[in-house]
Amino acid sequence: MAFKSVEELLTLSQTENNPLWQAVLIDDITDRQVAESESIEKMNYLWGKMQDASKNYDGNQRSNSGLVGGDGEKMKVAIKNNATISGSFISEVISEALKMGECNACMKCIVAAPTAGSCGVLPSVLITIAKANKISDEEIVKSLYVSAGFGQVIATRASISGAEGGCQAEIGSASAMASAALVFLKGGTNEMMANACAMALKSLLGLVCDPVAGLVEIPCTKRNVIGAINAISCADMALAGITSKIPCDEVIDAMASVGNLMASSLKETGEGGLAGTPTAKEIVKRLNIKKD
Amino acid sequence: MNIFDILGPVMVGPSSSHTAGAVRIGSVTRKLLAEEPQKAEIFLHGSFALTGEGHGTDKAIVAGLLGMLPDNMNIPKSFEIAKKAGMDFAINTIELRNAHPNSALIKVTGEKGRELEVVASSLGGGRIEICQIDGIDTNFGGDYNTLIVHNVDQPGHIAEITSMLSHKSVNIASMHLSRDIRGGYAVMVIECDQQIPDIALSWLTNLEGIIKVTYYNKDEEV
Repeated sequence: MAFKSVEELLTLSQTENNPLWQAVLIDDITDRQVAESESIEKMNYLWGKMQDASKNYDGNQRSNSGLVGGDGEKMKVAIKNNATISGSFISEVISEALKMGECNACMKCIVAAPTAGSCGVLPSVLITIAKANKISDEEIVKSLYVSAGFGQVIATRASISGAEGGCQAEIGSASAMASAALVFLKGGTNEMMANACAMALKSLLGLVCDPVAGLVEIPCTKRNVIGAINAISCADMALAGITSKIPCDEVIDAMASVGNLMASSLKETGEGGLAGTPTAKEIVKRLNIKKD
Repeated sequence: MNIFDILGPVMVGPSSSHTAGAVRIGSVTRKLLAEEPQKAEIFLHGSFALTGEGHGTDKAIVAGLLGMLPDNMNIPKSFEIAKKAGMDFAINTIELRNAHPNSALIKVTGEKGRELEVVASSLGGGRIEICQIDGIDTNFGGDYNTLIVHNVDQPGHIAEITSMLSHKSVNIASMHLSRDIRGGYAVMVIECDQQIPDIALSWLTNLEGIIKVTYYNKDEEV
């Protein structure tokens, strides 16, 4: 049936007296007519695949075009050398987000969350917090239901496709989903999750989808980093009691409206923004990509 | 959208439309052929033609034809695997009329000589649509068991097929009919909730006025 609003999701969780993650789980098993164990097993499988992708990262791998690869490793070296400004937790998240984005560009196996281009946001924060705070797989899986619930509302009211809504719909949505998941893992309330989701989406509103040469490489890989860091800062704000003055559903609607207003050259066509820069055009020429 | 359309699919990157969807187009084509493909000509259209190489769309379609699914780690190596398996393939570009930007035309020949021509589009998030089979419009996504029957446009064939399905307790989820001209070449695409038994399919193949029977078995291992 899919949740049509965050308000509906919060109300259902409250009236049925179920935690939010469970409301999402119950909705899934009703929708797909499957056993609870089957749904949880599937979510657990996705979590396993996210961790596998991180473990199988190879700093020497390069994408088909040769444009992407090796940055996650560079970040790791910097962490090892204690050379980062942001400290170990944030630096780990940066490295994980880069690693996942690079795995995707290099045709490795990833979990679209919600898309392939934004596949680094959610796993980078979850893998890092699970390790740092010794969180069980069971709790992480619950947090994935939380993120999917908010993601579902975003997909229903707005979009999770760069071609439809720009990068705000991909990295923005991933960031909002991850932020809500983090609030859950830190024991925040449903309202805090909604606030985190709203603030994360608000902060990336207007982000355009301008892939160089039309490939899911530049700037997609590195945008996973801002999605992840934004998720953490918004989760921290929400947990501190800071609220979004614009309610979450209205923020999602605003994202849809910004997406509609966005020029098509900024929606995955590989024309405007970074894709239109002289260097990008040089890259297109070098890769010998034919243009209409 | 279900939550597992939000999280997932598990896939080889970099693009759910240009890679994962392309693998599915190949694997659905393989199932429709119902034989080991021996020769494949792949024509990429629109965005598939422009950015297909960078997204591995070409490798993805070949991987699908070889029976791989979107999470198979061998997708990047599909060209070499096809060569080893003795599958001849060629990749070209094409301009299809009125087609979705992420589309491909695939001509395949199986080991027993069966031929099939498919036009398919990748709609995003790994979802696909089979738009044409042997030049006749269709529209199905490979989410159901699907029966595609080419027949002479004359009275009675729909009744024959639907009564066969009813005998076999197969429920129809959707049904799509079209023809080129009156009395000409007709096609029906029937999406079903259950499996259609092989015996029913072979009975159908031998009916007078039935030109070709193609069946997509959703659950079959490819």
